[in-house]
Amino acid sequence: MRSFAYTRPAEPERPWAELDPDAMYIAGGTNLVDLMKCGVAAPARLVDIGRLPLADIAVDAAADTLRIGALVPNSDLAAHPVVRERLPVLSRALLAGASPQLRNLATLGGNLMQRTRCGYFRDLAMPCNKRVPGSGCAALDGEHRGHAVLGTSSRCIATHPSDLAVALVALAARVFIDGPNGPRVEPIEAFHLPPGDTPERETTLGHGELITAVEVPLTALGANSHYLKVRERASFAFAMCSAAVALELREGTVRAARIALGGVATTPWRAYAAEAALVGLPPSTAAFARAGDAATDGAVPGRDNGHKVELIRRVVARALGTLVGPGGAEGFGTAAGEQR
Amino acid sequence: MTADEDELVVVELHVNGEARLLRIDPRVTLLDALRAHLDLTGPKKGCDLGQCGACTVLVDGRRITSCLTFAVMYEGREVTTVEGLGGDPEGDLHPVQQAFVDHDAFQCGFCTPGQIVSAVALLAEEHAGDDDEIREWMSGNLCRCAAYPNIVAAIAAAAGR
Repeated sequence: MRSFAYTRPAEPERPWAELDPDAMYIAGGTNLVDLMKCGVAAPARLVDIGRLPLADIAVDAAADTLRIGALVPNSDLAAHPVVRERLPVLSRALLAGASPQLRNLATLGGNLMQRTRCGYFRDLAMPCNKRVPGSGCAALDGEHRGHAVLGTSSRCIATHPSDLAVALVALAARVFIDGPNGPRVEPIEAFHLPPGDTPERETTLGHGELITAVEVPLTALGANSHYLKVRERASFAFAMCSAAVALELREGTVRAARIALGGVATTPWRAYAAEAALVGLPPSTAAFARAGDAATDGAVPGRDNGHKVELIRRVVARALGTLVGPGGAEGFGTAAGEQR
Repeated sequence: MTADEDELVVVELHVNGEARLLRIDPRVTLLDALRAHLDLTGPKKGCDLGQCGACTVLVDGRRITSCLTFAVMYEGREVTTVEGLGGDPEGDLHPVQQAFVDHDAFQCGFCTPGQIVSAVALLAEEHAGDDDEIREWMSGNLCRCAAYPNIVAAIAAAAGR
């Protein structure tokens, strides 16, 4: 590991003042320390933001939003009573991610900034456009059964690994950012960038900018939400496919729908076509199957990851089925492998 | 890992109830600080990737993987390793340690310190409602000998079930 200087900002208001071009922020460290050990990240300085006052969770009753500080640990956010009661998709997504030990270390901001777990990204001996722009993508013709089918480019097919971010897309969250050029706010869907020709650029965050909070609207849509994650083992694994779904039902029809996918796309993926397939219709097994079908819109499977297209169909349909009461969605019970 | 003298930093950790002053390279993980600098070899280096849980310790009462974080970040924090659970080293075992002995909840024993520290935290978090819940909330601790049934039984017993 490259030697680095360590500082903890004395002025909590302006941590970016210490962030020279070769420096990085660190909070929980679960992803960055790992990447530093394998040589993918090699900062000359670490600026420890872990003790900045950004760890509060607060309801804004007037705006009906939940404001979550960027340093709130995943475990605390999952257990927060407002999250459990009014944003079930968020609590479930958090608890479906990583292990209890990692959830205690991991923070909201760090989770949104985490890097892909593509094996070629971590392997310095292999080409990777994300790690070394222009070097090529070993996954295109290599081991890619876990890779993305949505949002891919000829330069990169790595999945975005976050569960939390997928739930936040379904909840129409907004990311609060501060930095050398002042504060700004961005919808979560715009925050992560598809690889295109520049897979090394994963978010809109500029050097020195820092996520300070995420704001989630507390709506009827969010209250009727669910996260379904399919993994290769029962727990502590990244998603093969996951779906965050939220439905607002009124007088027997779907008034509004938000559907986001994880484990199958290069960014936390909003499935617009799946949402459109539901709005104005009564919820039914057939409608949910059509939404699952629509969620595959634009999918480009490779040689070994075609199964993900079928997984999208089934995971979306099954997740939607959990959101309607008994009798409302015949044939959509909870199945083995679903997280509790 | 070697570093020039001027690259070393001074860190005060509170480990198992004692203040310990360290002069370390910032690259030293919390796990390596405990094992190599403080001779607390209870936490084990299994994968060193945060995947196996053998390095689990408590920081301010919460369980974490000590391999995935730098020691310098824990200035002034309370760290508890398996050595600190029972209190007096010559005295009685911690009830979870005793439950692991009673239920034969290990074979080679390498993962056991992490399993026990994790289980102590699991009980404090009240995640021992039934065996499925115990399995889910112990998912961050792997056992290559697959002593899982007895580990679950030991934790259930320690929970008073």
